[in-house]
Amino acid sequence: MNRPGLYVHVPFCRTKCPYCDFYSVTSLSLVPAWLDALQREVLIYRDRFGSFDSLYLGGGTPTILGSRELTRLMEVLFQDLSFSRDPEITIEANPDDITKEKTALLRDLGFNRISLGVQSLNEKELQFLQRRHSAKQAEEAIEIIQASGYTNLGIDLMYGLPGQDESVWMATLRRILVYNPAHISCYQMTISKGTPFYRMLKQGRIQATGEERERAFFLLTSAYLEENGYVHYEISNFAREEKTMSRHNIKYWRHVPYLGLGPSAHSFLKGLRWWNLRSVDGYCQALDCGRRPVEDRERLTEEQVWLESLFLGFRTREGVKRKLIEGSPNSGSTLREIRSAGLVTLHGDRIIPTREGFILADSLPLLFSH
Amino acid sequence: MRVTPRLITEKQCFQLIRRDPVDLLNQDTTNFGILLTICYVSKIKGIHRQRLNLTDMTQIRNFSIIAHIDHGKSTLADRLIQYTGLVSERDFRNQILDTMDLERERGITIKSQTVTLPYADRSGQEYDLNLIDTPGHVDFSYEVSRSLSSCEGVLLLVDASQGIQAQTLANLYMAMEHDLAIIPVINKIDLPSADVDRVKDEIENELGLDSDQIILCSAKEGTGIEAVFEAIVNRIPPPAGKEDNPLTALIFDAAYDLFRGVIISCRVFDGTLGPGDIIRLMSKGAAYRVEEVGCFCLNKEPRDRLSAGDVGYVIAGIKTVSDTRVGDTITLDGRPAPTALPGFQEAKPVVFSSIYPIASDDYHSLADALEKYKLNDAALTYEKDSSAALGQGFRCGFLGLLHLEIVQQRLEREYDQSFIMTVPSVQYRFTLEDGHCLSVDNPQYYPDPIVIRGSEEPFIQASILIPERYMGAVMKLCLDRRGENSRFTYPSTGRIEIRFDMPLAEVIVDFYDRLKTITQGYGSFDYDFIGYRESDLVKLDILVNGEKVDALSIIVHKDRARDWAVRACDRLKDEIPRHQFKIAIQGAIGGKIISRSTVSPFRKDVTAKCYGGDITRKRKLLEKQKKGKKRMKIVGSVMIPQKAFVAVLKSEDE
Repeated sequence: MNRPGLYVHVPFCRTKCPYCDFYSVTSLSLVPAWLDALQREVLIYRDRFGSFDSLYLGGGTPTILGSRELTRLMEVLFQDLSFSRDPEITIEANPDDITKEKTALLRDLGFNRISLGVQSLNEKELQFLQRRHSAKQAEEAIEIIQASGYTNLGIDLMYGLPGQDESVWMATLRRILVYNPAHISCYQMTISKGTPFYRMLKQGRIQATGEERERAFFLLTSAYLEENGYVHYEISNFAREEKTMSRHNIKYWRHVPYLGLGPSAHSFLKGLRWWNLRSVDGYCQALDCGRRPVEDRERLTEEQVWLESLFLGFRTREGVKRKLIEGSPNSGSTLREIRSAGLVTLHGDRIIPTREGFILADSLPLLFSH
Repeated sequence: MRVTPRLITEKQCFQLIRRDPVDLLNQDTTNFGILLTICYVSKIKGIHRQRLNLTDMTQIRNFSIIAHIDHGKSTLADRLIQYTGLVSERDFRNQILDTMDLERERGITIKSQTVTLPYADRSGQEYDLNLIDTPGHVDFSYEVSRSLSSCEGVLLLVDASQGIQAQTLANLYMAMEHDLAIIPVINKIDLPSADVDRVKDEIENELGLDSDQIILCSAKEGTGIEAVFEAIVNRIPPPAGKEDNPLTALIFDAAYDLFRGVIISCRVFDGTLGPGDIIRLMSKGAAYRVEEVGCFCLNKEPRDRLSAGDVGYVIAGIKTVSDTRVGDTITLDGRPAPTALPGFQEAKPVVFSSIYPIASDDYHSLADALEKYKLNDAALTYEKDSSAALGQGFRCGFLGLLHLEIVQQRLEREYDQSFIMTVPSVQYRFTLEDGHCLSVDNPQYYPDPIVIRGSEEPFIQASILIPERYMGAVMKLCLDRRGENSRFTYPSTGRIEIRFDMPLAEVIVDFYDRLKTITQGYGSFDYDFIGYRESDLVKLDILVNGEKVDALSIIVHKDRARDWAVRACDRLKDEIPRHQFKIAIQGAIGGKIISRSTVSPFRKDVTAKCYGGDITRKRKLLEKQKKGKKRMKIVGSVMIPQKAFVAVLKSEDE
């Protein structure tokens, strides 16, 4: 589990979704240059990380790539980087890209996990989110993937949309459970600065959901999925069982080293974190000139590592080692207070957030900081 | 020109400096020595001539300008200084005597300043006019009184549109007590709203001064300035006193200089002193060797001696301002005066508050800053204090609320300190069952109520001068603040003077601000102590989730406790951030809860996504919040921000 993970950012989309703040562009003509640059970037890190036991192709929309491009990408990665014997290899997929052929190709290229961006099974909501697929297409995509023998399917969903009724969200969830996916991610709608939704919010064209309703949605979702046998192992992630948790994502939360390739990707190694330029052009130019396409980097102090461990820990079912908070002033009384408020429980030497604790995860670390 | 130092007789020198300097240059002056050279070189440059103690006292005038706040005292001082050419146009700036940033910014005078103005009258007769600038606020009235003791006359400045105000009266009475010549001056006659005739009437009727004697001026425009000078010269008597008598000099201010130590400002009444003399401060009995004396010509200008009638400074290797006392008398160790000058009293703090560093590691830095600050402000007193909620700190005593604010701001700005200040308190007196008497200014030392036989609090007599139309509002304010025994006088048509006996405690927190607000700036206020009176006092505690926040406890009159408690709970509710759990805020007297409020817990505080690209951003946000938290104090497991402590202090309507 402590082997490094590899992330590759595919910064291309056919159209931009109004809520998304990941970096991507719609000019697909840049794909070849990006692939060339990526090949150069791989060489820089060839011997730096050891062997990866996870690969995650994210975006953007990785499934936008054609078979030749995808094949070349995988060759580039596997030729110069080393992987452990049984890596988890994930690709983020859009339902409108999924066909039998595509799925077969993905299998052939070694992908053993697909994370499918369904978001909703309600037509109106899909239109509001400006997704390129219909509910029917999404369900067909799930069926195609499952028919082709994929057992490790993750479904991405969004809830707490402006004006969303609980019953509509529950209908989506219920329908998804019919397919019994190995993994479900449920993201509470977040309206980030710089997105079209943010502007609409400022103009009053959409309404924020409000803390009280967000809380209700969160509790409902968690309770419903846990009743149906899923493990709520991170704020937004549910797994059918231990082994279908996202091996790759867990590395982010445990300070396991990861290498991020492609524009805007973040990497972490031995207390050093760096991130690439958030521009395909800038990224390609840097690598063309033989420079690292790094925008900035930071070396974490001991204190920063501690703070990150704390907030990342409180976001997961693993929780936080008790030892981590022992040096903080009043840690004893604070711990008692949040235990009696039902936010955490103690399990051996770990402090484990409850469902109620998850809802407040961002505010817990500050209680123990000094 | 070769100059050989040589002593000359006083007479020789006196004759020489009366002659034209250019004429002098043509003569062989080498024989007269360096001192003489200095005299006429300064004269040629138009700088004030060295008097060399030759002028007799008929050529000295010591005066002060007294006025209500904002009536233009500093502007008039500026104009007087400019008129005498003491400072070049290039170096001049407004409020030239107010050297502290804080003074200039707030337009108030905090420290006394003195300046010696060289003036030649219409006939060419030359004078040294010593202007002793005084602080303008009631907090510093003792300093004002000492400054006035050093003068023979005052300019009583009245704003041409505002007319007589409470402090005008208070200052006038003080000047009369000191038996000073009073020159009424109406300032700001250039204002469109100026009503010179009305103000003349007020001066004649309310102050009983002859309206023929009034000088009109506009300090801003520079009109009437010469008339002011002529009046100073002709109507203020020269100082009395004899150089041959034993030395008596009154200390009216003291400042600390990093290199020279304490610089005493004093007025010499009898005798003379100069470098090498051993002086004795009569109240403390401490003796020092004089290093330098001189006068203030904006800068310190050393002189040979200060003699009877002079106003100037003395440097004598004194380490801290606390070693000197404003109002104390300087005499010579070898030939002491039989009695000290009258009127000496220690400036006693009347308002008390504790200060605690925001971060407890800053305690030593705060201690250092206080020590340094104290060098220059003898009126501030402090001692160690500690609080369960706020840690180690200091209990400080101030002359009044303005003094408190000034100390607070100067410590923050000039000494870069961040601290929390507790609710100001007055000094209460308790008589215990066993007959003991206890003075308590810190709620922490409030005695067990069971053993209290009687309690008393300090009262003042407030004097408030307002246009009649505000009477209702001001009466209500005073009654709300437990004012009693009201008396009224009508000094002139449309104006009313209200006198109230009021507890000092009710006045120290934002009374003056409130008065200003409800009278739209027309109300003016002054007060005098009248002593202690019996009072029904309780100690009010504030509890946060059941834990007492000792720094928020106050001693308060029983009838005012509930209001205060309700307000404090409300304020805290607004300022304490939401936590993961519900926070109960309660006001309690003994075990009895008299007010409560609640801070509801967070309902949701978590972001949905946290992957590779989110971690740094998220950590930075937390680090920022963490920094904010450092500025918070932790009571039990509740974080209370600094501004919550400040908010509790604020008045109702802010």
